[in-house]
Amino acid sequence: MSRLAGTFAALRNVHRAALVTYITAGDPDKHATVPLLRALVEAGADVLELGVPFSDPTADGPVIQGACERALRHGTTLADVLGMVNQFRQTDAHTPVVLMGYLNPVEAMGAEKFAAAAAQAGVDGVLTVDMPPEEAEPLTGLLKARGLDSIFLLSPTSSRARLKRICETASGFVYYVSLKGVTGAASLDVKDVRDRLIDIRRETRLPVGVGFGVRDARAAAQLAGFADAVIVGSALVSRIAEQHGGLVGISAGLREFVHGLRTAMDGVRGTEAVNT
Amino acid sequence: MAHPLEKLTSLKESLRALPDRDGHFGRYGGRFVAETLMGPVEELRVAYERYRSDAAFNTELQSDLRDFVGRPSPLYRAEHLGRELQGARIYLKREDLNHTGAHKINNALGQALLAKRMGKTRLIAETGAGQHGVATATVAARFGFECVVYMGAEDIQRQAINVFRMRLLGAKVVPVTSGSRTLKDALNEAMRDWVANVDDTFYVIGTVAGPHPYPMMVRDFHACIGEEARSQVLMAEGRLPDALVACVGGGSNAIGLFHAFLDDETVRLYGVEAGGAGLQTGKHAASLSSGRPGVLHGNRTYLLEDDAGQIRATHSISAGLDYPGVGPEHAWLKDIGRVIYDTITDAEALQAFHALTRTEGIMPALESSHAIAYAMKLAPKMKNDEVIIINLSGRGDKDIHTVAARAGIEL
Repeated sequence: MSRLAGTFAALRNVHRAALVTYITAGDPDKHATVPLLRALVEAGADVLELGVPFSDPTADGPVIQGACERALRHGTTLADVLGMVNQFRQTDAHTPVVLMGYLNPVEAMGAEKFAAAAAQAGVDGVLTVDMPPEEAEPLTGLLKARGLDSIFLLSPTSSRARLKRICETASGFVYYVSLKGVTGAASLDVKDVRDRLIDIRRETRLPVGVGFGVRDARAAAQLAGFADAVIVGSALVSRIAEQHGGLVGISAGLREFVHGLRTAMDGVRGTEAVNT
Repeated sequence: MAHPLEKLTSLKESLRALPDRDGHFGRYGGRFVAETLMGPVEELRVAYERYRSDAAFNTELQSDLRDFVGRPSPLYRAEHLGRELQGARIYLKREDLNHTGAHKINNALGQALLAKRMGKTRLIAETGAGQHGVATATVAARFGFECVVYMGAEDIQRQAINVFRMRLLGAKVVPVTSGSRTLKDALNEAMRDWVANVDDTFYVIGTVAGPHPYPMMVRDFHACIGEEARSQVLMAEGRLPDALVACVGGGSNAIGLFHAFLDDETVRLYGVEAGGAGLQTGKHAASLSSGRPGVLHGNRTYLLEDDAGQIRATHSISAGLDYPGVGPEHAWLKDIGRVIYDTITDAEALQAFHALTRTEGIMPALESSHAIAYAMKLAPKMKNDEVIIINLSGRGDKDIHTVAARAGIEL
């Protein structure tokens, strides 16, 4: 069983929703990333999403754009990001790591070389924001051959036919974008998301995560009541951007915030998620 | 009048049949956008498929192209420039005479009519030189759309006149301060606006790039340039031209001129990219001449990028060519060898700007000056009875501050 499948199965058994945390690799600098990943896990993250910085992140709001710019100022490359995952794996063999980014850096490395290097480094899944299922080959096939999952986005604008197609192509989990907008945009409508998840679950048995617009513990707790995973990104990244006091200060700030999310989510036992 | 070539080419596969259903020109094009935009992009594809062959839509488009834009634009014989160069006969396709002063209005008009039929109430656009922004603001004013134009903060400074024109037309011009603060970043920001406002907003992309159906749709709206030029030159010369020359940033005016001639094998096609300070300096915007295939802004095409796949900053004296990508159809035409892509430097373009202004009394846009400069190199090597058509894609009034600054003159 893959690390992602194993993690979701274990959480399902104890009726807990997964907490998925996103940070951008190389933000605020290259050396910070691995310690921050470890801090996130210690504070209660179940799955780590690691952003691969890109010069033109069209699906991201100002917060993650800023993170990309900071990371690129230090010259953070996709090869560096894989090195960070490799280093993280030296001390953590079980927390799943999902890379999230855009297609061009992957194409620049070469899809085949990327798939091999990502597997070697200990990556578990890849979410390529600007690669819909229609354009997903050969990357998805190459990743699958190496045992890596391909995670896809579902959105409020996805038609029924698209939901079906995406769910057929996806593995690991599916990522429901809770609002029409970029990452970190205005707050989500919980009831709306709940209704959409019912539609999605008709199409797939994969775990369903919800992200974009999860800003605080309250929103995370509400989603944990029915989603398999709650994904928090911009709220974390903005704490990295605002935090002073170097790595120690950033790390402490993230721990406190993630611990708060975890506690709030565990206060709500995910019943709907378990019953499906 | 059927040309003998038409019979010949009809035996082979036409080069004008692409893209395929999913928007591919060979390995290029496609749809590379986040899932939230796939719905709107598909909605647009369906709407465009329906209206491109709709009689009422085309009647309205043709009527506005004639009475609002001023088409057909003339094909003008530049005798004085030709005499100085002592070579081929030179014709200018006068897109600079269109309403708003450039070819961009052809496409902005087409997309606005489509937006109206789709029930959208708000137009957004990205702009570099400001020509597409002005064209979009113009059609928005004419049809009563709300209009927001994204423009790099850098470009806002160097194109102050166009910024004011857009504001006069009632558009909101939003400065983009992320990334390199130029056209590519304006495109990023427009895509972010679109994803947040998909229900009421139509994104009017200004070049033959972006996710399918944009490269095809924008080409179709500009194809009138080549169709007119083809019949105009047949009328004037009794035969097809030997060469066509057009500048290429994203590539909309070039594809507009070339498309009607793609199957005419005797017509040589030249696309001219911005060589900036020279290819060897790295300060240029010549994605076809020195880039490599990658994925940006919704399509696979040639890009200027570093080894790690990050998009590079570009440079050109003309804001309209200052873009690190190019339309996917051009990428395909390069690979199959149908179009020759080459570069012209800032200095050469500037020289051509002055040459055309002095010899013909026509002030070309700095974008179009790249095409003029290339034709000025080409013409002396051609025979006296050979014919070149240059796409004079826009007028140069917007550029006089840049031209003056280069000459050390403060206006």
